[in-house]
Amino acid sequence: MRRRVRTAWLFLTPMLFVLAVVAGWPFLRTVYYSFTDASLADLDARRWVGFDNYFSVLRLPSGRVLYDGLLVDPVWWRAVWNTVRFAVVSVACETVLGMIVALALNAEFPGRGIVRAAILIPWAIPTIVSAKMWQWMLNDQFGIINVVLLNLGLIDTKIAWTASADTAMIAVLIVDIWKTTPFMALLILAALQMLPREILEVAKLDGASPWQIFWRVTLPLIRPAVMVAVIFRALDALRIFDLIYVLTPNNVQTKSMSIFARENLFEFDKFAYGSAASTLLFLIIGLLTIAYIRIGRLSFDGGR
Amino acid sequence: MRMLKRAAFYLLLLAIVFLAVFPFYYAIVTSLKSGTELFQASLWPQSFSLANYRNVLTEGPFLRNLVNSLIVSGAVVAISLLIGITAAYALARIRFRGRSGLMLAILSVSMFPQVAALAGLFEIIRALHLYNSLLALILSYMIFTLPFTVWVLTTFVHDLPVEIEEAAILDGAGPWIIVSRIFLPLMWPALATTGLLAFITAWNEFLFALTFTSTNMQRTVPVAIALLSGNSQFEIPWGNIMAASVTVTVPLVVLVLIFQRRIVSGLTAGGVNG
Repeated sequence: MRRRVRTAWLFLTPMLFVLAVVAGWPFLRTVYYSFTDASLADLDARRWVGFDNYFSVLRLPSGRVLYDGLLVDPVWWRAVWNTVRFAVVSVACETVLGMIVALALNAEFPGRGIVRAAILIPWAIPTIVSAKMWQWMLNDQFGIINVVLLNLGLIDTKIAWTASADTAMIAVLIVDIWKTTPFMALLILAALQMLPREILEVAKLDGASPWQIFWRVTLPLIRPAVMVAVIFRALDALRIFDLIYVLTPNNVQTKSMSIFARENLFEFDKFAYGSAASTLLFLIIGLLTIAYIRIGRLSFDGGR
Repeated sequence: MRMLKRAAFYLLLLAIVFLAVFPFYYAIVTSLKSGTELFQASLWPQSFSLANYRNVLTEGPFLRNLVNSLIVSGAVVAISLLIGITAAYALARIRFRGRSGLMLAILSVSMFPQVAALAGLFEIIRALHLYNSLLALILSYMIFTLPFTVWVLTTFVHDLPVEIEEAAILDGAGPWIIVSRIFLPLMWPALATTGLLAFITAWNEFLFALTFTSTNMQRTVPVAIALLSGNSQFEIPWGNIMAASVTVTVPLVVLVLIFQRRIVSGLTAGGVNG
């Protein structure tokens, strides 16, 4: 038995080593850099500045007091708000739509395989490609969506979907929901197919309407699986980078936390400030996750 | 009433299929148009032209980008599977203290916001002189493919019958023999599924590829497509972009459709990764 445990650790060593090198250590260094004044040009010429990147107070000789740092940076909080709002709306829509698709696919009908294959297509398309495809369809001058809406008389002037302040977030949401609803639908479908048929039969014999069966029987039974799917999607949505970077570049309305962190790190030459943003991003996502698990009383049974 | 319900149901299915397939269909149509036809929103190309594909594949380094993507994704999958098999065996078959904590840690790493490691990874990559090389990408991609691979393989190993292993232990086989001679042959389907899913994630990765490479020749396909630009700043080469997009997506869609069942079971076992 002892020998088996020693073997276990031996077998785990390569994985633990690689994860330490690519995840653990880099994360600790990011946190460390957030307490320095390092710049991209010369990472080694850095001084320890404490919490200055997060919050600092500057008293001018004139008696005026200036506050500086991430915690009072309106651009950062705007990015936090954008990201959280995006995550909540997109995951909510994906769950509802995913549920509808899953319920439809759970019924028996000829051609079910074809429908299931079709919904796998958005999932298989690389995010960058879907961003470009939709950018083209949403193009203000030549995009098919404006043309169709104009012909149907739903709008009277062409809309600059990805550029204008009112619609940029909507555009991002449309593409994200299109791309990830299939994932949600497949996870919910898997849960639906695990349901014991007898329970549904009994409910039907008792004269329950399909609507009642769904709310009283099906939904409570698949709730744990849905909750897990929701948290996976939410964690993914909270770190969104590529879709927004390509679909609506340089747009204050859609700038996410990840985009804010990366542009400070590598484009604005504020490496330390970007590290602070990365650290705070990690904390925010961590806290939201813990809150969700607590509130939803979720349990991950380790290993299964 | 029943007829009406049936009709509504089929209408719903039709809407689902249409919404899922249309954008990709439209990308294919656009990629086959050329000249001024590009700017007419028609659902069918009047003249099938492969000019966009010719442009993308012959002008500029797109072929090189494709090869880069293949090398990086292939290497990442191979390394992840190699390291993942032994780790999965240990996690699924051997009881030791800290096992469930370790599983939770692995899950957390795979859901980890990658930006939080970006600054530190950049430092390591510069220190190792790997900046702007494919090795930088291979190294950094481990952060998401490895935990994902280990997690999915562990659930697969868990589902294999214990009796096989017990017989081998009675025959005096050591753990290494058990993994390489008994589990490996049984795990081919699981390895194929996990490898395919990891391959797709690596193939699609954008953040690290954008940050750790700086020249056209070292870029992978997603970055190349995102940065594809025309002769002037204001002229976006939509035809070329769509041709490039279709070129990198068709193999993925074909693979996914062929391995449909496996992918769905792998996704639900992993639960990870959109």
